[in-house]
Amino acid sequence: MDQVYLIVIGMALVTYIPRVIPLLFLQNLKLPGPLQRFLGFIPYTILGALIFPGVFNSTGNLFPAVIGTLTAFILAWLELNIIFVVIGSIIATTLTQLI
Amino acid sequence: MNAIFSSTTERKIPAKEQLYLGIKAGIPICIGYLPIAMAFGLLAKEAGLSLSQGTLMSLLVYAGASQFVAVNMLTLNMNWLQIILTVFILNFRHFLMSASLSQKLSNVKLFFLCLIAFGVTDESFAVAGTQKENNLSPFYLIGLMFSAYLAWFSGTVLGFVIAGSLPKVLQSGMGIALYAMFIGLLIPPVKKCKSFGFVALLGASFNIFLYQLLTPGWALVFSAVLGALVATFLMKEV
Repeated sequence: MDQVYLIVIGMALVTYIPRVIPLLFLQNLKLPGPLQRFLGFIPYTILGALIFPGVFNSTGNLFPAVIGTLTAFILAWLELNIIFVVIGSIIATTLTQLI
Repeated sequence: MNAIFSSTTERKIPAKEQLYLGIKAGIPICIGYLPIAMAFGLLAKEAGLSLSQGTLMSLLVYAGASQFVAVNMLTLNMNWLQIILTVFILNFRHFLMSASLSQKLSNVKLFFLCLIAFGVTDESFAVAGTQKENNLSPFYLIGLMFSAYLAWFSGTVLGFVIAGSLPKVLQSGMGIALYAMFIGLLIPPVKKCKSFGFVALLGASFNIFLYQLLTPGWALVFSAVLGALVATFLMKEV
């Protein structure tokens, strides 16, 4: 199991390198307009892809997950502080599972 | 439009306050990370890793899904090259996130850049990337990322120590936490500008399709890239 430490260090390196390279080289680079817009859209496409379809498998059962998702949408639409969106959704999901 | 707005605001806020704002923005991530990190701690313990090996993985790698996969591969006695390559492939998506994040920074010192890079995760990027400011303070990012990091680390230790004592119902109920946070991050900008909603739908649609063909990491990368490409061609500006 001593090899585990070496593997962890290797994992750390291959994880860190893709994280750091764009920050080091792109920060002060003036990118062409379309590329800038492309990169500006990335947070939103990633959010969409992070939510769907993963959210449906998030709790082990479809129904509580749907209730939790709807609760989060409604609370977020009411522009509640995001902490309450998260807590409200956890409560709704947990209650649905208890029923 | 945002550029004018931001250049007059956020660089005036002192560093300490930026750090505080970042920590506050990190709290929902912490809520989501704790149970996942505890599950990781439990899994690592069951796989025969020592407390120091499991925690070191959370401290040095700090990338959720890939840590679960690596522990699994270790228990299957796969060789180190296979494990490291898999982790690289799983985490390559951060390249895209860092590239996008780089456009929201300017003149950040090398030391801070290296710290910020370490904290880029799906969740911290989701929070930072949806900020209105086009010129984020490094202190805000450090507060955001390292509160989440702390939760990831402490959750791992807790998982080892009090493994499995969290009630099952609550554990699975908390599985929704990070998704609720993503929804909470997405809706406010969409209410202001419907195009963001359309862009997010593009990403979601591609992913629902690609998820079935590719590993989750690559599905995310291609969905994000394809969605943003389509958006760049269809929309002149947002």
